[in-house]
Amino acid sequence: MDASAVFRTRGLTKVYHQGDVEVHALRGVDLDLFPGELVVMLGASGSGKSTLLNILGGLDVPTSGDVFYLDTDLSHASEAELTAFRREHVGFVFQFYNLIPSLTARENVAAVTEIASDPMTPEAALSMVGLEPRMDHFPAQLSGGEQQRVAIARAIAKRPRVLLCDEPTGALDSATGVLVLEALDKANRETGTTTVIITHNAAIAAMADRVITVSDGRISGETRNDQRQDPGTLAW
Amino acid sequence: MISARIRGRWRGDVMIRSTASLNTKIRRELWQMRGQVLAIALVIAGGVGVCVMSLANYSSLMVTRADYYQQYRFADVFANLKRAPRSMVEKVAAIPGIERISARVEGAAKLEMPDFPEPVSARLVSLPPRGQPAVNQLYVRQGHLPRPGRSQEVAIIGSFANAHDLRPGDRFGAIIHGRRQVLTVTAVVESPEFIYTIPPGGMLPDYERYGVLWMSRESLEAAMDMKGAFNSLVLTVDRGASENSVIEAIDRLLDRYGVTGAFARSDQFSHRFLDDELSQLKTMATVFPAIFMTVAMFLLNVVINRLINTQRDIIAILKAFGYSNGQIGWHYSKLVLTIAVIGLFLGLLLGVWTGRAMGEMYMDYYRFPGLLFRMDPRWLLVLTAGTLGVAWLGGWQAIHKAASLPPAEAMRPEGPTRYRTGWVERILTPLRFSQPSRMIVRQLIRRPGRTVLSVMGVAMATGIVLVGNFQFDSVSLMVHQQFARVQQQDVTASFIEPRNASALYTLQQQPGVRYAEGRRVVSARLIHEHRQWRGSVTGMPEDARLQFVVDQKMRAVPLPTEGLLLTDFLARRLGVNVGDDVRVQFLEGKRKSMSMPVAGITSELVGVGAYARLDVLNRASGDGPVINQALLNLDPDARARVYRELREAPGVLGISIRQAMLDSFYDTLAKTFLTFTFFNSLLGGVIAFGVMYNTIRISLAEKGRELASLRVLGYTHNEVSHILLGEMAIIVAVGIPLGWLIGQGLARLIVGALETELYRVPLTITGQTLGVSATVVIVSALVSGLVAWWRLRNLDLIAVLKTRE
Repeated sequence: MDASAVFRTRGLTKVYHQGDVEVHALRGVDLDLFPGELVVMLGASGSGKSTLLNILGGLDVPTSGDVFYLDTDLSHASEAELTAFRREHVGFVFQFYNLIPSLTARENVAAVTEIASDPMTPEAALSMVGLEPRMDHFPAQLSGGEQQRVAIARAIAKRPRVLLCDEPTGALDSATGVLVLEALDKANRETGTTTVIITHNAAIAAMADRVITVSDGRISGETRNDQRQDPGTLAW
Repeated sequence: MISARIRGRWRGDVMIRSTASLNTKIRRELWQMRGQVLAIALVIAGGVGVCVMSLANYSSLMVTRADYYQQYRFADVFANLKRAPRSMVEKVAAIPGIERISARVEGAAKLEMPDFPEPVSARLVSLPPRGQPAVNQLYVRQGHLPRPGRSQEVAIIGSFANAHDLRPGDRFGAIIHGRRQVLTVTAVVESPEFIYTIPPGGMLPDYERYGVLWMSRESLEAAMDMKGAFNSLVLTVDRGASENSVIEAIDRLLDRYGVTGAFARSDQFSHRFLDDELSQLKTMATVFPAIFMTVAMFLLNVVINRLINTQRDIIAILKAFGYSNGQIGWHYSKLVLTIAVIGLFLGLLLGVWTGRAMGEMYMDYYRFPGLLFRMDPRWLLVLTAGTLGVAWLGGWQAIHKAASLPPAEAMRPEGPTRYRTGWVERILTPLRFSQPSRMIVRQLIRRPGRTVLSVMGVAMATGIVLVGNFQFDSVSLMVHQQFARVQQQDVTASFIEPRNASALYTLQQQPGVRYAEGRRVVSARLIHEHRQWRGSVTGMPEDARLQFVVDQKMRAVPLPTEGLLLTDFLARRLGVNVGDDVRVQFLEGKRKSMSMPVAGITSELVGVGAYARLDVLNRASGDGPVINQALLNLDPDARARVYRELREAPGVLGISIRQAMLDSFYDTLAKTFLTFTFFNSLLGGVIAFGVMYNTIRISLAEKGRELASLRVLGYTHNEVSHILLGEMAIIVAVGIPLGWLIGQGLARLIVGALETELYRVPLTITGQTLGVSATVVIVSALVSGLVAWWRLRNLDLIAVLKTRE
């Protein structure tokens, strides 16, 4: 076990009860995530990768097992502690962007920077994803790719230790998806934020430091890329 | 051919099965949103409840009264005269058109009620030797009617019996025509002729100090020195016969016997006031439901529209499955109609329950023999059709909108709503908004239609509670003005015969009397063109200090040196203005008739009348300086003694006491009026709650995803609650003052519609009423807000993020 890991999970399980049926979403996951690395987590839908991401992000708690963020035990954290954890340390990017339609791009970012303790300015975050010129546009005036980049700016603006992205290109076409991945790659390089991208799209794996494969609630494989490939060269 | 048939059958089969599953969907959804369903149903129930309550109450009273009148043969025509020989009865009966006739002796008595030191007066009416009179029969509640030859036996009216707790067998003393007798109660009765009884000199009923007694004709004739004579006629006319020609014939025939002018039922005292009250009730029974239903329907439309909007994506998915617009329309119609039916049913129950409760109360009050609880089924049909129609229409707009969207478009994640920085926000720029506050402002501005509807919803709810409540203030103000400003005497004593004005000085000299003022009240008929009013003209001293006539601002109106002052209500009824002439026919004394100018208009709130200076009236009626009423202010300590002396004074017919009038007012009129009001504000409160609850729940449904996103970003529960509830708070803050304005407008409408001869309620809305209406709405909002707050707490963050809007 590496003491410098940002996240550390041991024997993580998650069981959902859907009516009388028990769904074992996670069946014992041991995982370490290290500072600054970009990890792509591959898996089919239903493999448990989203559940794992939700637990890492403090949106959900495991049924058993431990999950530590640095020295904080998230598996036994209270609702208020989880809220504080998300507020200070985690950035989220979702498949469907989840922007607030009534706020402009800049204000959407500001919604997060206002409650963070050491944020960058919304403008800086937006320029990092290349959206400075469209900062005062409302979500309805932005394309899907642009909306997702606003979501990335919003996620990195608070300078989180980890950036968790759930299928960030899932709703986008290939060319737009590449732009989004470039933004994530840039943010990871420039801020040193540990970044986890979960996807079922194997083509994305090439941009990662490390690729973790999840299937049937377990980690079924792990490979390390010698060199991260520039997202601009990816296509699917 | 065959394959087409098979396909048809197959499709039909699918349709049936899918309809069944859609029904399941409706059932589950209704159950899942049961809180909201109930809240919408409550809005409907409030509106329907008020309608049913008012209409059932009104129609029940109308039917009950009609039945009472018919069963007990209430007279169509009445005549009072000085004295006519019994032989005249046959001549009168021969007038064509008369169906039944009853000639009676009437008189007045002073009663000595045990344990009740104040003067009590009574009206005496004779009964025929055997059985019931042919007209104006009695409903015997208890005991048996007085028997001929038993001069001490009397039947007493129920209201008086109640007030003094009298039963058959009880005895009390009475002075009839100056002779003291002890009377024994043999029966407690009710009469269609005396549903309302107001003591001489009084303006409102006083059941403790005034009663009606029935004796055998023989006994009353003897007591009143009326052997072989009569002084009162009551009769019914044949169906289709002209009342007016009967009245004219009677007046001609009995003129030399001192008839004071026969009159129709519409001028009969009790009937007139009852009619007034019922028409007031009718107004309430139409104005209130109209207001309530309009508001309820408006709100229903709003909430259903928004409810359907939250199902937009489901509608798209159903369309993608291959459901036709018609099927989807019908599916959601069923959802909407089910809610409406629940509301309708609740409303009917609520309305019948409150209507019956009020009916029972009116029963007590009007003393009808029994309540016939009625509701015209046509009204129920109209209500049902109206409610379902409006509910469906409210839903239809939203369903139509959702169904007309191409399914693919609705199934794609919905594009963010278009927002931009509006002018309102630019004005507000100097204020530094946090992002959540900015969200609130933009949401309000970007959907002005919805914001306006929400604000209107709150405003209507506020207005409806206000309308239910303001009347208490208004009635209180009316009573206060009447008894503190207009009518300042403690006691009004009425004399049996007019007396010389010097009698006043004798009264003034009595120990315990601080001040005495004389007045004269003369029965008269006022005629202008084809309109007439049967009442009295009151003569008041020029320097009146105890009772005045006042204008709209409650300032005393000076008495003119000639002519009359008329209450505005009466002037309107007669269609006269200042400067017009009215024909005045005095119905007593020399019974002179003359034309008098209307010199001014007054605005008392209680009672109506024609007023003149005492000397002007006496000159007009052809009498000397006489009075027949004395208004007294008493030493508080000497009251009992003065009451005793008045009770024993032979010339005094009866007295009316200010405090007693006040008490009786609150006991009777105010009670029925305010009970109605209470139920209205209760149902108004129900509506208000339903609206607030729905507004917040729908708002929560619309914003759930956004708020969950913020929660994921690290916003605390309270911070996101601020966004939802802050928007609500602004809507409530704007809606309430608007509601006060709307309520005031509605109140003005109601006050105008409620004017009667008995009293006119002024429009006044106190801070307290404004406060109550605001409080009901705010408490509803808080309770609803608490539910939303709790729901936000349990928001499933992951689920919301995974699903699209």
